[in-house]
Amino acid sequence: MNLLKQSSVENLNSDLKKSEFWEIILFSFKKNIRQYTMLIALFVIWLVFTFLTGSLFLSPRNLSNLFLQSSTVGVLAIGMTMILVAGHLDLSVGSVAGFIGAAAAILQVNYNWPAVPTILTALALGALIGVWQGYWVAYRKIPAFIVTLASMIAFRGAILGITDGRTIGPMSDSFKLIGQGYLPSIIFSQVTQIDSSGKIVLDELGNPVLGFTSLFSNSFTIGEQPPFNDLTILLSFICISAFIMMRIKKRNARIKYGFTVLPKSLEFVSIVLFSISIAAFFLVMAFYMGIPYAVLLVFILGIIFHIVTNNTIFGRHLYAMGGNLEAAKLSGINIKKRTLSVFILMGTLAAVAGIILTARLNAATTSAGQNFELDAISAAIIGGTSTMGGVGTIFGAIIGALVMASLDNGMSLMNIEVTWQYIVKGSILLLAVWVDIATRKKNE
Amino acid sequence: MICSALEMKNIGKKFGVVQALSSVNFSVKKGEIHALCGENGAGKSTLMKIVSGLYPSGSFEGELFVDGVLQSFKGTRDSENAGISIIYQELALVKEMTVCENIFLGHEYTKNIFIDWEKSYCQAKKILEEVNLKINPTDKVSQLGIGEQQLVEIAKAIAKNANILILDEPTAALTEKEADNLLEIIKELRNKGKTCIYISHRLKEVFKISDRVTILRDGKTVVTNKTIEINEDKLIAKMVGRELTQIYPRIEKKLGSPIFVVKNWTVENPNTGQKVVNNVNFVLHQGEILGIAGLMGAGRTELVMSLFGAWGKVTNGEIYLNGKKLQIVSEKDAIQEGIALVSEDRKRYGLILGMDIKENTTLSSIEKISNFGIVNENKEISASYKYVNELRIKAKSIEEKTGNLSGGNQQKVVLSKWLMTHPKVLILDEPTRGIDVGAKFEIYKIMNELVEKGVCVLMISSELQEVLGVSDRILIMHEGSIAGEILYKNASQEKIMQYATGYLKGENLIL
Repeated sequence: MNLLKQSSVENLNSDLKKSEFWEIILFSFKKNIRQYTMLIALFVIWLVFTFLTGSLFLSPRNLSNLFLQSSTVGVLAIGMTMILVAGHLDLSVGSVAGFIGAAAAILQVNYNWPAVPTILTALALGALIGVWQGYWVAYRKIPAFIVTLASMIAFRGAILGITDGRTIGPMSDSFKLIGQGYLPSIIFSQVTQIDSSGKIVLDELGNPVLGFTSLFSNSFTIGEQPPFNDLTILLSFICISAFIMMRIKKRNARIKYGFTVLPKSLEFVSIVLFSISIAAFFLVMAFYMGIPYAVLLVFILGIIFHIVTNNTIFGRHLYAMGGNLEAAKLSGINIKKRTLSVFILMGTLAAVAGIILTARLNAATTSAGQNFELDAISAAIIGGTSTMGGVGTIFGAIIGALVMASLDNGMSLMNIEVTWQYIVKGSILLLAVWVDIATRKKNE
Repeated sequence: MICSALEMKNIGKKFGVVQALSSVNFSVKKGEIHALCGENGAGKSTLMKIVSGLYPSGSFEGELFVDGVLQSFKGTRDSENAGISIIYQELALVKEMTVCENIFLGHEYTKNIFIDWEKSYCQAKKILEEVNLKINPTDKVSQLGIGEQQLVEIAKAIAKNANILILDEPTAALTEKEADNLLEIIKELRNKGKTCIYISHRLKEVFKISDRVTILRDGKTVVTNKTIEINEDKLIAKMVGRELTQIYPRIEKKLGSPIFVVKNWTVENPNTGQKVVNNVNFVLHQGEILGIAGLMGAGRTELVMSLFGAWGKVTNGEIYLNGKKLQIVSEKDAIQEGIALVSEDRKRYGLILGMDIKENTTLSSIEKISNFGIVNENKEISASYKYVNELRIKAKSIEEKTGNLSGGNQQKVVLSKWLMTHPKVLILDEPTRGIDVGAKFEIYKIMNELVEKGVCVLMISSELQEVLGVSDRILIMHEGSIAGEILYKNASQEKIMQYATGYLKGENLIL
């Protein structure tokens, strides 16, 4: 105990000499190298695209789009990370997401179901598909690779079957909101221009002229969007304060238990940097149209599953299973039940992704979700998840999804041929894993 | 004078600081069956790995001659070329290939660049006749019984034109009939002029077929004798012959009431149908350390694993704890009833090496420190600190990954995990294997502390000294059954070995 306390007390000392300061930075950098490398990678990719596209890449409009584009793969990557951590693999998520998206579209278009029951049915369908896959993996001992490969093929066919090979749309306005809507503003409201006689003003093309009014004055301003989205800004304040409070609470708890903590100065720098990132993320969207619902959803799911993987029994069991299946079993973990559960979660998340996708495209297509499983796996792996199981974070998966979406987005902005887009994405994946293995060897 | 088929002079081999072999002399005459005997860990396997080239020349001291020629093997291929073929305990056959393919694997007959199947089948048939195996060369190995597979291994050795055959526990997994057949074939091979080195724990077989026997103990040669000039008593005495050193902290205990009772416990291996545990009965008393001795493959690990629920429903028999009959079909059931198992090979079965001390400690009792499925971090940390202090685990922090700890500290983390489940019965399978003497002593002390608190301890150990030094009572297993039961005061290494090798049987129970 004494030994444990002593070493941490030394590190607590904030009056560090300069050399010690750098030593600690280096140490904590090495310790968290995976998380840093992917953040650095994302930063470098953004920098390169900003330079190559003449800062078009960094415009609020583009970034907001980028986040929206990454939302489907982001949701899938969250589930994929849990699957990989548990020591399995899911190749079917793209087909399943596409299938559920198509099913939702059919309910909406052919049967005129309202949005809420459609969404609930879609989620239930996703969970059911998860039960099916989990059953074969957990109780019939068929490798997940094979079970989900079979589903990947079968559901691709099922999509063709239920859609008759046609594109199905459009969706109802409320359903569309999930993929296209933005968090509303309180002060500003978007309205159409009305002339003195109460008629809607039309432009030369016959469309109504859009603008917004403010809560405090009735003046009408022509323009597609308000100057900023106040609710998004409010949300960013809430998130940043919550983040800072949690960091301080955690730090104090760690000091109480005698764990090593960063020196105060470094902790401060770290908190400031993270707060700036959070603020930047929200402000970019606040000054465009507000935060899209889909992005908000990924953000919330990210937080929920971060807690699930880090703070729950279920999460602990996932890491234990992937880390050492034999030892986990002998420790009394119900492997079958846990495997089934993780596949149910994955199925449900695939349904969420399918809903977002259909809502964003305002239609279900037969090719929807194609290759998404590969993007989701790549995102998880770039985010530091091990294909061998037992290692991986939700935060990393989301960063990984952003890396994948940034590559897509940036290269599209530059009008790079699709051929090269695929080649670059593949190479980045290989590079990421090589860097991972190389750095891990060095650390050992 | 005829030179020896195999001659090893002054062989020494170190693993780190551990001296596995020192100045071993081993000489095998041409055309004899030479048995190599010794306790678990005496150095038999290490010596044979040197012969087979698995430990290349330079990694050990001493000289190795084949047919009088000094050899320096750089790998197994060199050893094979010198006419040496080794047949391991764990069969090295490719199950999904045919018998013929296996026999010639790596030495295929070719016509230009293609495999000459005709010649292969012809030759395979001849060789199979030689080992008295009536199967088709085109049969898949996976369809054969273990005994037949063992013979295919020998056929493989013959196909390589091996002059020296090394058989490491070839009968361990065989039925008696299969074993007899194998012994006959080995004799025939000798009569045809082949030299055989025979390693077995079954002393009866040693006496049945060997011409001479060499005994190893603690990495040294004790003696080489003609088999007819020695009897089993003498052989066993020479295998163990050493004094008990005083590292075992013994406390005198009063035997309490029976707590854990196992009746008619039988376990069949679901894959082979072989009875790995056969009608085992025993009683574990309050505040007692019961040792289970036996040779490798005697079914000790299978016994405790099946009691712990790790084998699922293939078990037969009854378990009682405090008079209540238990229904255990999973590890979780066992834990809930108050049974804990510190399994052998902590890295493989005990720890999640990528997780830290804290997470490993709480793994089996995480429900106790959680509310609504969410782990209470504060409780987790205090629980972990409690065991780090109690068991004197040395680490930088409880957030240290268990993969970075020393063997002794790793074992203590495994112990922490099980102590946190508050077991009534603690089963330890080889608890001190591969850890240093200091840590061993601490683990014995912890065991004694637990026993004083009323926990019953069941300990498997292959180290005879440990079994004698730590247990109050000793069960000895032989081929899945309990061959004997001795109080520690009446026990000796010789006696345990006599039971363990099947020399003494259960009817001589000394209690």
